[in-house]
Amino acid sequence: MKLSSTNLLLTAASAAVLAGGLQSCKSKAGGVSAASNDAAAKVYVAPGKHDEFYNIVSGGFNGQMSVYGIPSGRMFRIVPVFSQHPENGWGFSEETKPMLNTSHGFVPWDDLHHIALSTTKGEHDGRWAFGNANNTPRIARVSLSTFKTEEIIEIPNSAGNHSSPFITENTEYVVAGTRFSVPLDNGNTDVPINTYKDNFKGTVSFIGVDKTTGRMNIDFQLLLPGINFDLARAGKGASKDWFFFSCYNSEKANTLLEVNASAKDKDFIMAVNWKKAQAYARSGKGKKAAVKYAHNVLDEKNHTATSTIINEVLTLDPKDCPDMVYMMPCPKSPHGTDTDPSGEYIIGSGKLAATIPVFSFAKIQQAIASKNYDGNYDGIPVLKYDAVLHGEVQKPGLGPLHTEFDGKGNAYTSFFVSSEIVKWDIKSLKVLDRVPTYYSIGHLSIPGGPTAKPHGKYMIAYNKITKDRYLPTGPELTQSAQLFDISGDKMKLLLDFPTVGEPHYAEAIPAALVEKNSKKIYKIEENQHPYAAKGDNMAKVERKGNEVHVMMTAVRSHFTPDNIEGVKLGDVVYFHVTNVEQDWDVPHGFAVKGANNAEILIMPGETQTLKWTPDRTGIFPIYCTDFCSALHQEMQGYVRVSPANSNVALHFSTGTNKPAADVAAKK
Amino acid sequence: MKRIFHFAVAGILAASITACGARSGEPATTDPTATAASTNAAGQSAVQDDESAKDVVKVAASNKDFTTLVAAVKQAGLVDALSNAGPFTVFAPTNAAFDKVPKETLEALMQADKKADLQNILQYHVYVGMLSESLLQDGQTFNQVNGGNITISKKDGKTIINGTATIVATVKASNGIIHVIDGVLLPK
Repeated sequence: MKLSSTNLLLTAASAAVLAGGLQSCKSKAGGVSAASNDAAAKVYVAPGKHDEFYNIVSGGFNGQMSVYGIPSGRMFRIVPVFSQHPENGWGFSEETKPMLNTSHGFVPWDDLHHIALSTTKGEHDGRWAFGNANNTPRIARVSLSTFKTEEIIEIPNSAGNHSSPFITENTEYVVAGTRFSVPLDNGNTDVPINTYKDNFKGTVSFIGVDKTTGRMNIDFQLLLPGINFDLARAGKGASKDWFFFSCYNSEKANTLLEVNASAKDKDFIMAVNWKKAQAYARSGKGKKAAVKYAHNVLDEKNHTATSTIINEVLTLDPKDCPDMVYMMPCPKSPHGTDTDPSGEYIIGSGKLAATIPVFSFAKIQQAIASKNYDGNYDGIPVLKYDAVLHGEVQKPGLGPLHTEFDGKGNAYTSFFVSSEIVKWDIKSLKVLDRVPTYYSIGHLSIPGGPTAKPHGKYMIAYNKITKDRYLPTGPELTQSAQLFDISGDKMKLLLDFPTVGEPHYAEAIPAALVEKNSKKIYKIEENQHPYAAKGDNMAKVERKGNEVHVMMTAVRSHFTPDNIEGVKLGDVVYFHVTNVEQDWDVPHGFAVKGANNAEILIMPGETQTLKWTPDRTGIFPIYCTDFCSALHQEMQGYVRVSPANSNVALHFSTGTNKPAADVAAKK
Repeated sequence: MKRIFHFAVAGILAASITACGARSGEPATTDPTATAASTNAAGQSAVQDDESAKDVVKVAASNKDFTTLVAAVKQAGLVDALSNAGPFTVFAPTNAAFDKVPKETLEALMQADKKADLQNILQYHVYVGMLSESLLQDGQTFNQVNGGNITISKKDGKTIINGTATIVATVKASNGIIHVIDGVLLPK
């Protein structure tokens, strides 16, 4: 028996080794992987060692963020944001349900495209990660201490919140620009779609972020022409008071955009002086508009979220606010707009253009000062293209999308159509190197790439097409990321790694800025949850009409109480489970048979609540879902549900069998 | 033996991968991270964590009354196991309790060739499960980690183990509970 299993293992090990040998020889022979020879050593993080960078990656259609290590490409965690997560009860527990509340009611899913890591003086400060909801417009703030979503704010007057979340140099503001223009919420919204040009508006919201708490509030919204805002970047250094938004569909098409939004040679990059806009907002130039949006906040002390509906927003119309907004012509439906680390150069990536225009902030200022305009667009001055242009990168590749920076004067632009990354010199505009990506890259990320102080060293490509890169899993494949070494003159492919959801933008940050702040436990003495049982002696079951509240403790390896009787059909049971452990990485889980929601995971010191409406009489097992200890399998109990007219008394216990329960059972 | 053989063969085969690379004229990797593969072999006791409550080992190690016990736990190589998730009930003899054991017996147990005997004795002091004192009833027996049983008796409100060691205090730890006892338990 032992011999055969040993042989089996040996065979498997040999097969794996031989397969590995084959592959490495193949790549040496010039196979398609094209990884550099020292690639394995460069991405190898020895067992027990830590990666150099955190990679905070958007999940796209899974609505979450995920956390990877760089250079290993290992995934550490999925942080639930806009989508329910049955794995830990996010959006299922009573405490977290309010986080997914919106003006449309409870929305259990969204499409999270972009990440913005908070900065101070333009550099990563390791405090928060912001993410956007594309579908039902929202912005979320995730703590980089707890890796929990702490706040979600809905954006009114918005649809398709794609141009979001991008932040100013000191995280004063996070912006949210509309992809879909729509009629404003407070006007006549029931209009023919083909009255787009008359009735549809775009907006850009400036959401203030509290310096200390990170709490968000919509400070003001700009009312803008009905075009599509795509991506954005704030200025830095000299340009720090400005924000740049790429715009497409300046044709204002409302159907078959594939054709109708590509008619013009140039669309725009919109330049907004946000400092001036803020001053206008403060000086009463804005108008308050009736809207409806939700603002949801998770309180770390009682582990409970609250959702507040807000009914007003301050809007600024460029007509009333001169010198606030300008348009810069940019070739062919620009997608990315990126600001170099100095803040002087603004790069527009026209996804259908044959060149990459690089704009100069100094020239933009001169053009504005001398009113060097090329007419206006819906009343907004259009700056002359040649007057604001630093130059164009000629024939860089096909389908430029996004640009990141290494802090050494180089730009790296992703090209979807030609499936490559091109490195070029920002000042001379010369192409320095190009590498293929497998296949069809979307976003790319360099640690600190969008900040004033990039950390460089690595570059990650987030590819849109996977095809044959991994073992196939039927028609639906994982998304593929690729890691490159950019420390030398030439970019070198090191690693493919699979990702969950569909990553769009991502940021990478040195581990040293984050790991020291990572929370290990919630202190039980600070738990202010109204139904917390902070010790076995506080555990109890209470009836309030047809609500039964179970204040339960979980500790290795039992629940208190673990036998509950006296629940009746028609009751709604709330299991408020407090994990009284004070030990890192010892969560407990809770599940009850027949629950129509999910399990909950409760971190040490935390209280979470699972609502359960029994649908029949009988005995219902409960158990711990997180392997917590050697006696995890013993961590279980029973709830008895009796008919509505039963006289079984409410009763609970752990470790005792009181006669009353037996007597009641005989009745 | 067979397991050792298996690893050895795997190791040789793994080495041959490098040989494949070497044949193509590339030098073997000199990246320092690559050689650090198995150096991080410490168990859970080495986890850096100042926020969590102390586990049973750390609680004992922070109390001067348990220096003999802690030294014995270290000698027996049980520190990592007892830093694990548990849950453990540790019947912890004080230094005074160990003083009742003949000095030469104790010294002999601390020798390397007696490690198995020492482990057997210490594991007889550990139960996997959380036994608060209120759960300990007169006449109960519990099967300890070493496979032997202990018997609980109650006298004058006190809890006595095997009729010889009395629980004199109880301390909670993150991964279990420590009942301080005034005698060393000897496996039957």
